[in-house]
Amino acid sequence: MRRRSLAAVLAGFAALIASALPAAGERLVASLSNHRVMITSNFVGEELVLFGGIEQDAASRPRRAGYDIIVTVTGPRQTMVTFRKERMLGLWVNADSRVLDSVPAYLAVLANRPLDAVTNTETLRRLQLGLDNIPLLQRASINIADAASDDPFRVAFIKIKTEQGLYREISNGVTFLAPALFRASIPLPAEVPVGTYEVDVRLFADGVQIARTPAPFEVYKSGFEQVVTAAAREHGVLYGLATAMMAIVTGWFASVVFRRN
Amino acid sequence: MQIYLPIADLPVNVFVILAMGLAVGFISGMFGIGGGFLMTPLLIFLGISPAVAVASVTGHIAASSMSGAISYWQRRAIDLALAFMLLAGGIIGTAFGVWLFTTLRAIGQLDVTIGVSYVLLLGIVGALMVAESMRAIIRARQGKPVELRRPGSHTWIHGLPLKLRFKRSRIYVSAIPVWGIGFIIGFVGAIMGIGGGFLLVPMLIYVLRVPTATVIGTSMVLTLVTMASATVMHAAVNHLVDALLALFLMVGGVTGAQFGARAGQKMSGERLRLLLGLLVLAVGIRFALNLVVPPETFYSVRAVDGDI
Repeated sequence: MRRRSLAAVLAGFAALIASALPAAGERLVASLSNHRVMITSNFVGEELVLFGGIEQDAASRPRRAGYDIIVTVTGPRQTMVTFRKERMLGLWVNADSRVLDSVPAYLAVLANRPLDAVTNTETLRRLQLGLDNIPLLQRASINIADAASDDPFRVAFIKIKTEQGLYREISNGVTFLAPALFRASIPLPAEVPVGTYEVDVRLFADGVQIARTPAPFEVYKSGFEQVVTAAAREHGVLYGLATAMMAIVTGWFASVVFRRN
Repeated sequence: MQIYLPIADLPVNVFVILAMGLAVGFISGMFGIGGGFLMTPLLIFLGISPAVAVASVTGHIAASSMSGAISYWQRRAIDLALAFMLLAGGIIGTAFGVWLFTTLRAIGQLDVTIGVSYVLLLGIVGALMVAESMRAIIRARQGKPVELRRPGSHTWIHGLPLKLRFKRSRIYVSAIPVWGIGFIIGFVGAIMGIGGGFLLVPMLIYVLRVPTATVIGTSMVLTLVTMASATVMHAAVNHLVDALLALFLMVGGVTGAQFGARAGQKMSGERLRLLLGLLVLAVGIRFALNLVVPPETFYSVRAVDGDI
């Protein structure tokens, strides 16, 4: 199944590259193996495959060091709170917190080699590439600020999201199949939130970004999962009544089934 | 077999959930309690968020108390009048509990509140039960007769106004402590995701002097109604009830309860109370360690819907 879709994507690329209009410098094309990831009752995570090709024309100069690719996958935005536990009256309680407004619920940065080998730190920071440079706006109470990359709340937030498999930076996540053809695997764990995901593919050569292309996809619940979620969200009272009825019927049914003759 | 839970937003093994339902159901059938105080921590341990666990367990407890209540109803061991009076307080307590649950969740102190409540409640109730049943067992060993509570002994509780007669339980008490107990049970149940049976039974026996014959059946009716309404309220206010999770827990729970009830009938009352007391105490100590021992990670992250 995956092999067939791989073949289809590759064939699509060949056609795309062949028909592309001439342009100055390199052109970047990318496509995903699946644009709509469906969460059904047997969903345990999925791995999306991104294929891309670099198209050169007469105007492109030969690249001594070859090409580099950095792919940033950004999930739907969420407001999150990071809590810090402190000891109060001998108990460990959440004492301090930071609100993070509309931060990505999922974030994956994939590259063909470590980011600092692709380009310099200054460029990475300017282009907001990598987990260290991704903007995370923190709000303590009234002050809003993009915390420094060594802020303890920021570090803890990224660490926790990484442990959940929702944030990751994979320095060998992009593989070059040929000098101008690459693939990247985007790991989506079972806990991925639903919504629209932006995929930002950037092409670097000699430490300079020379092309960029988007390839968005969507994660959505389908069938039973979708029905239940929508019911719980939109018809809370009815949903609750139905669940309570289900409990009463289950209890009644058990007393009938197990009744001693 | 993995199945994706629509509200908890994560896949779980169906057989693990069913087995947990069976095990907790067995214990609840054996001791005549809902078993929420065991189920909620187990679900949290599986990785389900505390809020979803508390909200979904209410449905599970409603189902197991329904199946229990039917069998007590057939034995005419339920005091409906008393149950209704307790309920009047219970509904208000539940609504107040769901409101506080929502507030605490918003300010990030839900986990510690659930933790402290568990420690206090389970610690005190467990210790009292262990002490009381140990005394009873020692007395039985020494061949002394069981100390009977004199039916005529009155406390200040019996001096309160608004007195009502409950025929099936053969008691004549003020409505105020009855409402009060109902309120506490509803409140505690909504906050902690427990039916409160292990709390209600001793309160009915020691405070209201309800005879043992009607106490468990009446407690089950109360648990059924408070937990069913807590399910509705949690679904309406917090949208956190996972019906699929609740269904698997229910199916396991009601089955386990049948076998537990049969096992329980083979044991003496004191020994049963001692076992339950030890269990309650053990869960309480587990929660106490969580609060006192320095955590592995000082930070935690939670998503919020809407603004704060």
